[in-house]
Amino acid sequence: MADVILENITKTYNKGKVLALDAVSFAVDKGALFGLIGPDGAGKTSLFRILTTLLVPDGGTAIVNGEDVVKDYQSIRRKVGYMPGRFSLYQDLTVAENLNFFATLFGTTIQENYDLIKDIYVQIEPFKDRRAGKLSGGMKQKLALCCALIHKPTVLFLDEPTTGVDPVSRQEFWHMLNRLRDQGITILVSTPYMDEATLCDKIALIQGGRIMSVDTPEGIIKQFGELLLAVKSNQMIQLLQDLREYPDTASCYTFGEYHHLTLKDNTSYQNQLSELKDYLTGKGYKGDLVVEPVAPTIEDCFIKLMSQAGRQPAV
Amino acid sequence: MNEATISCNGLTKQFGDFKAVDHITFEVKAGEIFGFLGANGAGKTTAMRMLCGLSVPTSGQARVAGFNVFKQAEEIKKNIGYMSQKFSLYEDLTVLENIRFFGGIYGLSNKQLKEKSEDLIRQLGLQNVAGTLVGSLPLGWKQKLAFSVAVLHQPRIVFLDEPTGGVDPVTRRQFWDLIYDAAERGVTIFVTTHYMDEAEYCNRVSIMVDGRIEALDTPANLKQQFSAGTMDEVFYQLARGAQRKAD
Amino acid sequence: MRTLLFLLRKEFRQIFRNKSLLPMIFVAPLLQLLILPLAANYEVKNINIAVVDHDHSSYSQRLVSKITASGYFRLAGYYNSYSEAFALVEKDRADLVLEIPAAFERNLVREGQQQLFVAVNAINGAKAGLGAAYLGSIIRDFNAGVRMEWIQSPRFEPAPAIEVVSSNWYNPFMNYNFFMVPAILAVLVTMIGGYMTALNIVKEKEIGTIEQINVSPVRKYHFILGKLIPFWVIGMFIFTMGLGVIAWQVYGITPQGSILLLYGVLAVYLLAVLGFGLLISTFCDTQQQAMSLAFFFIMIMMMMSGLFTPIDSMPDWAKAIAYLSPATYFIEVMRMVVLKGSGFADIKFHFLVICLFAVVLNGWAVLNYRKTS
Repeated sequence: MADVILENITKTYNKGKVLALDAVSFAVDKGALFGLIGPDGAGKTSLFRILTTLLVPDGGTAIVNGEDVVKDYQSIRRKVGYMPGRFSLYQDLTVAENLNFFATLFGTTIQENYDLIKDIYVQIEPFKDRRAGKLSGGMKQKLALCCALIHKPTVLFLDEPTTGVDPVSRQEFWHMLNRLRDQGITILVSTPYMDEATLCDKIALIQGGRIMSVDTPEGIIKQFGELLLAVKSNQMIQLLQDLREYPDTASCYTFGEYHHLTLKDNTSYQNQLSELKDYLTGKGYKGDLVVEPVAPTIEDCFIKLMSQAGRQPAV
Repeated sequence: MNEATISCNGLTKQFGDFKAVDHITFEVKAGEIFGFLGANGAGKTTAMRMLCGLSVPTSGQARVAGFNVFKQAEEIKKNIGYMSQKFSLYEDLTVLENIRFFGGIYGLSNKQLKEKSEDLIRQLGLQNVAGTLVGSLPLGWKQKLAFSVAVLHQPRIVFLDEPTGGVDPVTRRQFWDLIYDAAERGVTIFVTTHYMDEAEYCNRVSIMVDGRIEALDTPANLKQQFSAGTMDEVFYQLARGAQRKAD
Repeated sequence: MRTLLFLLRKEFRQIFRNKSLLPMIFVAPLLQLLILPLAANYEVKNINIAVVDHDHSSYSQRLVSKITASGYFRLAGYYNSYSEAFALVEKDRADLVLEIPAAFERNLVREGQQQLFVAVNAINGAKAGLGAAYLGSIIRDFNAGVRMEWIQSPRFEPAPAIEVVSSNWYNPFMNYNFFMVPAILAVLVTMIGGYMTALNIVKEKEIGTIEQINVSPVRKYHFILGKLIPFWVIGMFIFTMGLGVIAWQVYGITPQGSILLLYGVLAVYLLAVLGFGLLISTFCDTQQQAMSLAFFFIMIMMMMSGLFTPIDSMPDWAKAIAYLSPATYFIEVMRMVVLKGSGFADIKFHFLVICLFAVVLNGWAVLNYRKTS
């Protein structure tokens, strides 16, 4: 049974001139941690605002918790939790005041649902008399999450909770989400960080208002379906140029300490691999050269899907 | 190797009794791509603002492009480019107007302005949107444009504060291509980022924790030093012990 | 110099591209200038008067008809008891009660004098005060008329009937538009200049683009001039439109004094006002703060500038505040030059004070504006 179902959701702005969402369809299973992965401007926030009944779609239907987002918006608002991308708490109220305010808004108390937020709240409790505006980024995020959870929502929508947050705090945040999922809350979370995709049960890759792929992270990686090579040497910038000039190269881009490379024809990689090595040795690369097959990541998949969609040239 | 374009010695910035930046000492060499990493609140932005002449240090010494940050802030400003985390072009001006404005205030001649803006628009493939307001461009394009504008006057150093946050993976790499191009032309790059794969693209990386620089070396050496497979792991090892996260 | 040109080009582009702000800058002040003087009128008409006549004599009736014939009063009721009349005041249907005592005529004739009682509803102070004054003068006039009738009797020494006749110099028909239009124009120029400069700079702080300027070699005074000059030009333009289109074409007011002198003072006054806006912006980080702070000061400047109430009738402490605001001096200059035709010698003091404001406000703002924190 799916908790969130979207069918052909379309949204335009500026009287139809800007297409923000283009026939978006997917479903989020009950109790799943679902990631919506895509860069800024891909349409993630528009989608969240439609699902949390703040925005009416131009076309299509969206069902949250068995209810229609347009017709039953009042009842949906009582049941879902939403953490918008921009820090949306009252900066001039203290941590405790913010939490109390949101509890009162939903006719509940902190004590009533304390179990749910306990793990997170204990981390910010030492600062409960501090104004929210004076908290660090990570702490603000935790407070915002507590506020979104205080009425024990059945579905939790988190719009880019980790944007601009350092890797360590991001990791902690994902641990919290995992624990919430284990408590049976359905979570839909968006992020521009591709490396966070593997922490989700299921993901949708979104770009330019279109869903490029929906599957489990493993499923998406399986769809990559090509040999991916990681290449490195001491001359990385020169290497990138040489690889791009190689006639058999389909795509080549930087990837951390390696360059990632796909070849045009995948029929006989052993041959191709040695041809490539010969080519590079001919270019003067020596012992520091490494060429090895590597498992693709979500980011590799995203880049491939983007170039297939023709929205951006392959780098 | 090359001479140092940035050198700090015991640079400190104190707000009340809070040491945002606590005696940092390092050098950045000319033409280097220098990654300046750290957790949120570690003091990166404050340190960067001091080096750009936007904030006066409490104590210590620092020279940027050969000028003293205490006394010659305005001289420094002529020799650096800066692109901040917040988008820093004028959204209500067109692409061309932004290029001409920023080129103009850095003293480029009319001839240079004309040539450079044409070159830049061609390089970035913005011919069709040269007359479009910057506010209506996709984020990735804006960031690439902002970077190109920041190096338009051929500064000796360019400071980039989380330039690629939220940008799609393809545009992010195009952005780094621009950085490499600038570095090849001899511009020193000083960049902060939360993407650890981008740390690998830097010649040397420093990691700030609680206002101090806890590690500084090439990515390869850092990984070896911390017996880590990736820069991610190096970062976790250092930043996990941070006290300031809570504040 | 070239830097300044680039800054100015940018500012003008941004101002003219801001579709929601343009009408606020160019249309709203002129509309206000068109509407406000019509409403701001000191002349009080239609004062509702309730008369309590205990006498019902021919004299009392003559007095009442004289009052109603004056055009200022409207008879709200004619009663026999004070309580009935007072009920009308309570319902806010009468502003004044005139009580004519019993035996008014008899005593007037026999003793040559009589007392009348006037009760005033002082909730609307201006209306009540002026009403009472008008009533007093009508009664005096009535009194004189009565005496004139009696003069025919030679027993009476004819009282030297001294009549005070006033003539309104510089505004012969006491037309309030003449009085208000130049002053309101001055206030509008103040508001546009003060608000727009403050908000414009703070907006750059809010968006973060000011950071990009602060890391550039743009000099502080270039940046500030780049912000001031456009609004100075706009202020001049609005003033010209207000003076040429609204004051002259609509209200038929032409400055009696030198236009050149008027513009000379305006040029410096605008500098002072823009300096005020700039100063506000250096203290604020958000447009909301700037708006509130500017509102506080502009409100005081406007209310205490002598626009509505004469400064001479203010208590001393209020006078002191009034003379600490540049608007006060400029409004006086406006009225003096436009209505009275004053020359430079007459407004020299005002001009010097406005210059001082311009120097102090701008100097303070420049010192307070920091490229580096």
